[in-house]
This record gives sequence, C-alpha cells and structure tokens, in this order.
Amino acid sequence: MKHLIKNPRDFWAGIMFLATGGLFAGIALTYKLGTAARMGPGFFPFALGVILALLGLAIAASALRDRNKGPGVEKFHWGPVFWVLMPIVVFGFLLKILGMIVMGLFVVIVSSIGSEEFRLRPVVLLAIGLVIFCSLTFVAGLKLPIPLCPGFEVFEKFAMCRV
Amino acid sequence: MELLANLQLGFGVALAGTNILYCFIGVLLGTLIGVLPGIGPVATIAMLLPATFVLPPVSALIMLAGIYYGASYGGSTTAILVNLPGEVSSVVTCLDGHQMAKQGNAGKALAIAAIGSFFAGTVATLLVAAFAPPLAELALKFGPADYFSLMVLGLIAAVVLAHGSLIKAVAMIVLGLLVGLIGTDVNSGVARYNFGLPELIDGVGIGPIAMGIFGFGEIIRNLEHGQKRDVFVKKVTGLMPTWQDMRISALPIVRGTALGSALGILPGGGPILGSFSAYTLEKKLSKYPERFGKGVIEGVAAPESANNAAAQTSFIPLLTLGIPSNPVMALMIGAMIIHGIQPGPQIMTAKPDLFWGMIASMWVGNLLLVVLNLPMIGMWVKLLTLQYRFLYPAILLFCCIGVYSINNSWMDVQLAAIFGLIGYLFGKLDCEAAPLLLGFVLGPMMEENLRRALLLSRGDPAVFVTRPISATLLVLAVLLLVIVAAPSVRKKREETFVEED
Repeated sequence: MKHLIKNPRDFWAGIMFLATGGLFAGIALTYKLGTAARMGPGFFPFALGVILALLGLAIAASALRDRNKGPGVEKFHWGPVFWVLMPIVVFGFLLKILGMIVMGLFVVIVSSIGSEEFRLRPVVLLAIGLVIFCSLTFVAGLKLPIPLCPGFEVFEKFAMCRV
Repeated sequence: MELLANLQLGFGVALAGTNILYCFIGVLLGTLIGVLPGIGPVATIAMLLPATFVLPPVSALIMLAGIYYGASYGGSTTAILVNLPGEVSSVVTCLDGHQMAKQGNAGKALAIAAIGSFFAGTVATLLVAAFAPPLAELALKFGPADYFSLMVLGLIAAVVLAHGSLIKAVAMIVLGLLVGLIGTDVNSGVARYNFGLPELIDGVGIGPIAMGIFGFGEIIRNLEHGQKRDVFVKKVTGLMPTWQDMRISALPIVRGTALGSALGILPGGGPILGSFSAYTLEKKLSKYPERFGKGVIEGVAAPESANNAAAQTSFIPLLTLGIPSNPVMALMIGAMIIHGIQPGPQIMTAKPDLFWGMIASMWVGNLLLVVLNLPMIGMWVKLLTLQYRFLYPAILLFCCIGVYSINNSWMDVQLAAIFGLIGYLFGKLDCEAAPLLLGFVLGPMMEENLRRALLLSRGDPAVFVTRPISATLLVLAVLLLVIVAAPSVRKKREETFVEED
C-alpha cells in the first residue's frame, strides 16, 4: 500500500475531499432535490457534493502516479493542538456560568502550558494583567455583553459605570 | 467634474470628527496587532470585528479598512525587522528589507516602505474613485445568469493566481461553497446540515471560520515549529532616507504602484502577485541585479508600493460587484452583511455617503499610516521583542472574546475551535485555506443566482451561454483554466511560486 502512494499529502487531501463531498451529497439527498427550474433545497448542495467528491477522487488518483512524487505528511503534534484548543472549548462552554474573569485566567494560564518554555509565575502575572485589560476595554469600554463574574454583581456594576 | 463632487462628498464623510477618529483607531489597532509576528490581516480583522459593532455602519467600515491598512503595514514592519512575514505578500519585503535592517538601515527601510505605500495609496485611491462608478453601472445591467458566471470567473481567477496545486485549490473552493450553504435555505425554509443543532440554523459565521483557520490553526503551527527568530532590538537609527535614497526609489515606487494597481483588480492574487512581479521587474531593470537580496532600497520600495496599491484596488470588485477578491475582502463582505448592508453595485447609488466615504477614508487611512508610523517605529520595535510564549496566550484570549462577542454565542467559540483543528489539518495536507474563505462567502449568493437564472429560463441551462455577458465571462474562465493547465505555463507558474517559498 505504502509504495503505491507517491504523494501522501495529495492522496490524503483527496480522500478528505472525497469523504466530505460524499457526506454533503448524501445528506443533500434527504432534502427535496426539485427540478432545475424549481430547485429544492437539496439541488445545489447535491451537485457541489458530487463535484467535490469527484475532485477528491482525481486528486487521490493523481497522487498514485510517479510524476507527482511529494513529501510525506508531517507528524501531528497533539500537544500544541490540545493545549491551544482545549481552553477555547472550555471557555465556550463555561463563559456564561463562570464569567470572563475566571475563564480569562484559565485560557491564558492553561494555553501557556503548550509552550516549551512554560514557567508559572510570569504566566500568572500575564493572565491577571490581560484579564484587567480585557475587562476595561471590552466590557467597560466597548460595552460588549460579556459576563464578568456571575453571582458577584459588584463587577458588572463597576463595568457598567462610565469610564 | 462629477468625480470631484463625489470625492468632496466622500471627504466630507471621512473627515467628519468621529469618522477620522475611528479611522485613526483602526490604523493604530491594526498596526499594533499586525506587528505581532504570526498574525496576518485576516486574523487581525476577524479579531477586531466585534469592536466595530457599536459603531454606525459607515464608521465601522472605515475603521475596518483602517485596520486592514494598519495590519498590512504592521506585517511589513515585522518582515523587515524580524524576517518573519505575516502574510505571503510581505515575503518579498523580507528579502532586501531584512538585509537592510542587518546592515543597520532598518529605519530607512521602514521609512521608504511607508513613503512608497503612501504614494501608492494616493494613486490607487484616485483609480478606485475613477473606475468604480462606471463598473458599478455596468454591473447593474447584470442578470442572475451573468452574476453566476461572474462568480465562476472570479473564483477560477482566484485559484489560478494563487500558489500551490490548482486542483486542490478548486476543491477547497467547492468545500467553502458547501460550508457556506450550512443553515436555513432562504427559499424553502429547510435547515440544511445543522445536524439537529438549533445554533446552526443561521449558518456558520465568517468570524469563527476566519479566526479558527487563520488564528488558532496558525498558533498551533507556530508552537510545533518552536521559535527561531532573530529580532533586531538594537536601536533603529537613521530613520529618514537620504535624498540619494529617495532619488533611487522614485521610479521603482511609480512602477510598483502601476503594477500593483493593475494586478489588485484581478481576483485572487492581488497584493501577493503585485509585490512579486514588482520585485522581479525591478531586478530585471536594475543595473546591478546581483545586489538584489543583499539589501538594496529598491527591493523594499517597489514591492511595498505594489502591495499597498493592490490592497487598495482590490476594493474595486468588492464595492462594484459585491464579489470579494481575497480573504480580507471576504471578511469585509461579512462585516457589511452584519451591519445590514448588502454588498453589490447598488451600494453606490443607494448609499453614496458610505461608498464615497470609504474611498476617501482610504486616502486618509494611508496618510494616518505615515504620520503614525514614522514617529512610532521605536514602539513597534519594542513590541517585537515580546516573546511568543507570552504573546500567543494573549492572542488566544482576544480571539476567544472576539469570536464570542460576534453573536454572543458559545457555539461560535466551539466552531472556531473545530475550524482551528481543520485548519491545522489543511496545513498538514498542503491545502491553501484562502480559497475556502472566498467560496464560503460566495456559496449562498451563487446558489441564489443559479436558482433565479434557471427559474427565469424555465430550467434551460443554455441561458448561461446565450446571454452575451454571461457567455463572455464563462469563456474567459475556461480560457484562464486552459492557459494555466498548458504545460509551458504550468511549469513557469510553478517556478514563480517556488522562488517565493
């Protein structure tokens, strides 16, 4: 199998397009297709899904040819992926419950662990500074409706007074 | 002299007290964030988008345009001082700019970039003012079939001029079109691809996509590669170029401006193509081509002028046709729609204050850029010495707050995280993400126009080739594809873009 694929990056990209195109086209079939003159909601997505799948097939097929030799797919580094994306997901779920002060500290401190030169003390100071900065500019200054610290209304009152 | 009257109207809007203030804030914020290494204009605009929500539409768009210029110039600063291009179009600036910085001429390089950009911006603003109205009038004659063909041409041109594999870029566009269709179908009211989630009924926003792919995905990539930077913390001295420098740079600036303005109108490449061809042209015309890449001032002046001219003229297709020519313009369309403005040829007649105000603010923005940057270069240099390990958590937090505030939606934050992962995957598979963003914006528009065109023709697809405008546009699109697929051109194209990487 491995020696058949001459260009792994293209091959897997092709497979990705093929799968996504197939998925979109398949789901489109559950909507009404309609006719060309009276298109249903499924018509355009079905057509696009099929086109994407065909393009994916062509890309994957051309990756099997000698002419298109290319480098292998680089290793995935799950460490940075986890330390960058996990705090974002948690931020999304808990912002309304815990507020920006807690979640801001969380995002900055936890995401910093993804760096090779992580040291706690400067990161905590940075987090505190950033949270104060964000509270002042985004909540107090720009009046974006972000809860600062639910349950402690004193913060909201402070933020809502004119700065 | 309608042009003068229009410009007068525009300057009236752009110079109105609050608008010029927002333009200033935009340029300042844009430069501030654009200077930070590893964050390009797309992520910068996406991040600052919510900050414009409280403003009236005209001020908001003026500020966003300011952010764009600021971010582009900030990117050049980083390119010159750190040899780290924030976007593809400043790759060329790195070549000679960073060499100049190494020789102690960083100040000169930064100044000539600002001066060249200002000249280019002035010329390009006039070009936009002169060419946008007739184009918009032409566009008003377009029927749905013509629009559909125009979008096909625009998308094809965008991938032809982009770098990397052509067929993968086309696939990325189609993928973008499909993602754009997520949400309620306007005609039937059916919710498509929402996987039962009520949060997806309104579709996926451009904010989460742009921030996820261009912000989060980029941060992950930077982290895995570790940090190898060589910053010039030494004092930046000798800011002003000498008379001699100005004399050498004058013609390259003019040529760069001309080239950039012309290429900027084309969908796709815009600034990237402009700066590359300007650099190549100067090298060809130069008496000492062997010194290029070793710190000649023309090597900074020409591409920076071209870059800025193209950034400006790429507003022409946006303002006249409502079609984005690059990811930044796609974001601008997103911003317009958020502010309740339907982009397209009708803007000029329906909202002349917005149309001309924006054009005039382009020039004001460029002026502010010079005024702001020459004295503040020292501060930008300080910013550059910030370590990435402190920088990226801050960027992440700003992005989280930004993406949440677009719709006050927790779902948008999760979507951004998902697109961050997808963007990381794209990077591994050598799939350029910019075409996806163009497709995403055009998806719903394309479906709507296709639907209308075929409804009017009672389902006869021949309408696309029997209408003269549509047929011409499609022929152009096919021609472009044929030319690029031709073996000789293909080879040349690969060579051109190899030089860039």
